[in-house]
Amino acid sequence: MLRRRVIPCLDVADGRVVKGVRFVDLTDEGDPPPLAARYAAEGADELVFLDITASASIESRPTLLEVVRRTARETFIPLTVGGGVRSTTEMRDVLRAGADKVSINTAAVRDPGLIGRCARRFGSQAVVVAIDARRRTATVAETPAWEVVVRGGREPTDLDALEWATRVVELGAGELLVTSMDRDGTRAGFDTDLLRAIADRVPVPVIASGGAAGPDDFVTAVTVGRADAVLAASIFHRRQHSIAEVKRVMAAAGLPVRRTVGVAA
Amino acid sequence: MSSGLVVAVVDYGAGNLVSIEQAVAATGGLARIVKRPDELDGADLLLVPGVGAAAPAMRRLERAGLAGAIVSWIERGKPFLGICLGLQLLFESSEEDGARTLGVIPGRTVRLEGAPTLPHIGWNQVELRREHPVFDGVEPGEDVYFVHSYAGVPVGAGADEWIVGETEHGVRFVSAVARDNVVGLQFHPERSGAVGLRVLANVLAWAGVRSALGAGASA
Repeated sequence: MLRRRVIPCLDVADGRVVKGVRFVDLTDEGDPPPLAARYAAEGADELVFLDITASASIESRPTLLEVVRRTARETFIPLTVGGGVRSTTEMRDVLRAGADKVSINTAAVRDPGLIGRCARRFGSQAVVVAIDARRRTATVAETPAWEVVVRGGREPTDLDALEWATRVVELGAGELLVTSMDRDGTRAGFDTDLLRAIADRVPVPVIASGGAAGPDDFVTAVTVGRADAVLAASIFHRRQHSIAEVKRVMAAAGLPVRRTVGVAA
Repeated sequence: MSSGLVVAVVDYGAGNLVSIEQAVAATGGLARIVKRPDELDGADLLLVPGVGAAAPAMRRLERAGLAGAIVSWIERGKPFLGICLGLQLLFESSEEDGARTLGVIPGRTVRLEGAPTLPHIGWNQVELRREHPVFDGVEPGEDVYFVHSYAGVPVGAGADEWIVGETEHGVRFVSAVARDNVVGLQFHPERSGAVGLRVLANVLAWAGVRSALGAGASA
């Protein structure tokens, strides 16, 4: 039976792991590869590096690629890299450095054709489309609706998140990383309405993101939100909860999770 | 741990070779990235990795002269490992894009219709139908990493001889095959953590034994 995945996300800026609240007040937390290896040893099912380098530009790429290269050398679980990929050439560079998947967000909204070009060249399984969604307040009393936002939530697009989800899958996305911008950083739990509305519409796996406060939220994201995988950053970085603890709670709730064997506790 | 075995890893333009290279190195092998048939000389194990679609992969292999070289390698009884698409290419054809593939295993690669999610992405188990040295030390219930939408279906009288393991994702599919000098894995040992490295180390040990046998037989 396919396991439900627990995925820690590392925010990386200028080649260093950073912590902050909504991309501000960043503090340096060290070199990504050792932290990636630690998470893998603790039972992470996959890893995500999100490049939040302010300029996320051509100049910052060599630094990021070197970090990906060094991580691939010692960590033998799947790695997804997001942030700043705008072309198949840039995607190729990230994959060649050792990433298994690339997550595209703003670039997909600006240029939806990019999804198909990347999927044809590298396969759908390597193309994750990240959707940052914000609830439309006007419809609170009725059927909920969400708007896609880009550039870390700073820019609305007027795209309906559910329609966008359907469209990106038709274009070739193999997986969706769905972040609730209302919940991100709030520790108020995942937006399970959003997750479920998308999971019910698309055949591809949905990764839940934004709002995790504790292990119970991971359970709810799967049971109520129908997510296939759950991503979180701060609760793991701050060591509020360990990956093992989250998986124990998921297993106790009857969810299939991977047993981690042959690694140090 | 160091086997010193030379593993020829076929580079046909797609796929993530870095993780294969690193995993081979971590299990004591020497990965050699090959793009031309003559670069196979002296290798102990031929490894075809891969993700993506069958037709473009076949086009690139044929253009480089590698399609024939792979079949010839297998016919000469030398150790071969196909991973994911590298396994699917061993069948006769693929439903994915109608591609004609290498035809080493009778049967066809088909889409996993009926699966609750596609692609099948994540950790799942291989239920062994029979013992094979490649799975030595892998306990029932241990997980390996999959990422694919298609899988090969062996057919005909010899089908059961090929099938080593199966996996369930709404539908059951063949996730490990082996016969004589050929092993094929639908999952990614190079991305399957400690369990995957054990499988890969087993493949190298198996290839080392077969390679030595082959050398002895031809001497």
